[in-house]
Amino acid sequence: MSVERATTTPAWRTVLGSIGRVAPVFLVLVLLIAWITTINPSFIEPAQFLNFLRRSSPLMILAAGQLFVVVTGGFDLSQGSLITLTVLGGALLAFGDPANTAWVIAVLYGIGLLVGLFNGAVTSFLRVPSFITTLGMLLTLKGFALLWTGGAPRGALPDNFRAFGRAFVEGVPLLGRVPWAVIVLLAFSAMFIYLFHYTVLGKQALAVGDNQRAAALAGIHVARVRITAFVISSLSAVTAGIMLGGFSGVSINVGDGLELQAISAVVLGGAALLGGRGNMPAALAGALTLQALFTLLNFLGLPSPLRVTVQGAIIIGAVAYAAWRAVRAGQERGA
Amino acid sequence: MTTATAPLRRRARRLRVPIIWWLLVATFLIAWGLVGQFGRGDFIAPSNLNNIVERATALGIVAVGQTFTILVGSLDLSVAYLISVTAVMASYIMQGDPSRVPLALVVVTAIGLVVGLVNGLLVTKARINPLIATLGVGLVLRGLLNASFQNFAGSVPASFQYLAYGTIGPVPVPMLLFGAVVALGAWTLGRTRFGAHLYAVGGDRATARLSGIRADRVVIGAHLVASLTAVITGVYLASRLRSGAPWIGPDGVYDLESIAAVVVGGTLLSGGRGGVLGTIAGVLIFATLDVMFNQLGVGSYTKQVLRGFIIIGAVAVYAYRSREVVG
Repeated sequence: MSVERATTTPAWRTVLGSIGRVAPVFLVLVLLIAWITTINPSFIEPAQFLNFLRRSSPLMILAAGQLFVVVTGGFDLSQGSLITLTVLGGALLAFGDPANTAWVIAVLYGIGLLVGLFNGAVTSFLRVPSFITTLGMLLTLKGFALLWTGGAPRGALPDNFRAFGRAFVEGVPLLGRVPWAVIVLLAFSAMFIYLFHYTVLGKQALAVGDNQRAAALAGIHVARVRITAFVISSLSAVTAGIMLGGFSGVSINVGDGLELQAISAVVLGGAALLGGRGNMPAALAGALTLQALFTLLNFLGLPSPLRVTVQGAIIIGAVAYAAWRAVRAGQERGA
Repeated sequence: MTTATAPLRRRARRLRVPIIWWLLVATFLIAWGLVGQFGRGDFIAPSNLNNIVERATALGIVAVGQTFTILVGSLDLSVAYLISVTAVMASYIMQGDPSRVPLALVVVTAIGLVVGLVNGLLVTKARINPLIATLGVGLVLRGLLNASFQNFAGSVPASFQYLAYGTIGPVPVPMLLFGAVVALGAWTLGRTRFGAHLYAVGGDRATARLSGIRADRVVIGAHLVASLTAVITGVYLASRLRSGAPWIGPDGVYDLESIAAVVVGGTLLSGGRGGVLGTIAGVLIFATLDVMFNQLGVGSYTKQVLRGFIIIGAVAVYAYRSREVVG
């Protein structure tokens, strides 16, 4: 659907139009932020809000990568384990020496590239469902991270490695201190929006997810599109891992469950699981909404286990609402 | 095809040994050889075979239920936390008192039915993708459980441990329990109307509905079965561990591993094709490899790395043969 639209309307109009169709997530986000602000009025002051964005940045980047896989009709469950591997492996390789940072980051992206290529190739050529491919990869990467480090974090991340997650640019007019993480986030968001909405790759990904066979008959190299999507997802996980290593330090559980949060964020952002529909700004907003929700539950002083319960209920509610809207709008799709 | 040959062909199809059983035999022979060559102990000693089945029991029971949800084109990620809830509630209610066992069993069964019903309704009536719906329900259960219990809660009476440690003649009770669940599952899928409807709905929902099958009810039924098997696994684990703790479900990764076992066993993730016997072969392969790795002295992290590749490899073996378009 979106593909056909793209040929008749300018791209910027498509982006705005599809935001209009998936608007609820933006509304929910604004409401959540308003609610948080009534409890803690300083939340929307630049310093606090930038800090909120900083904490959200790994999940947002992760969700953006996940969106590429989801619109092609797949899942990437290996993101969380790849984050753990990035943090543990980064600490072990760099061992606290700032001189190592550059090549360590290069090696980590190299690992991400291999993981993405493997996920994509196994799914495309061996025809293993991506749910299973990436589930196997989840187990393998976590096991490999623990095997490599001997089961406990070893080494340390040097300060210039951690800077991506925790350093600030001082003295910016109007805003004061701007976290590096927010700058990284803006750069990546711009890149993801460009890739998804303004390049052939984005259109092809949507077409493949909508109907793989039709896409193939239309001359799209389906395997190449899907492999690229998995590579983008893995590289975004490495990026998120580098940032998480910056502000939450080295732990063997750092990535646990993040892949499911990323999938939830993407779905909150109106993407259809099983492919064919998705919007990048909305997916980014979905991740921000999840993070705002965690912040709100924190401010409300709910015991931390119950936050999980509320999170589950809200994800169900939001997706149920989206499904109901889709039915009402007469664009009913299977699942 | 004439009408006379149709029943014959059907019988022939039923008798065909699924490829996964050959994989199981191959795995077993390789494990036997490797352990004989490099490992400690006798791989085919009765105690060792018993060990394999014991490892397979907890995962196997819930995997039978998971087969039902996957056959109708759904899946259930909430089973791990339902197992925890069941084990904790069962031992908490029993408090070591044999007279409270029936009450505990009634309560955990009721919890299981409610969870299954909620999962089914969310997937059918609210039209939520099953991955998200059951993930959400799992999170809800996890939060409620962790808010109420932090550690082992209560205990099961000594007599109740018969379920995990008793024997009838030479046969261990867990093996009988496992066998009974498998037999019941296979019978339901192969011989009942509900079973036939499961395949019909999983194969093509719209066609099934047009043929007069109430598809939503069938999906809800599958989710009820999955939740009930999770309850049985939870009760079994409580009996084996003497008490229930909130982490036993997620620590066993019963959600993802049961799905992996079902798919390794040849059931299509998209539904409509497969069955319980394949799932059991998948579970037994996992257990055989587990015992083999232990006897070879392979570390637990290496084991996890290998398991990931084994899952992918096993599914690749016949995913490649079937030439299906996958997601």
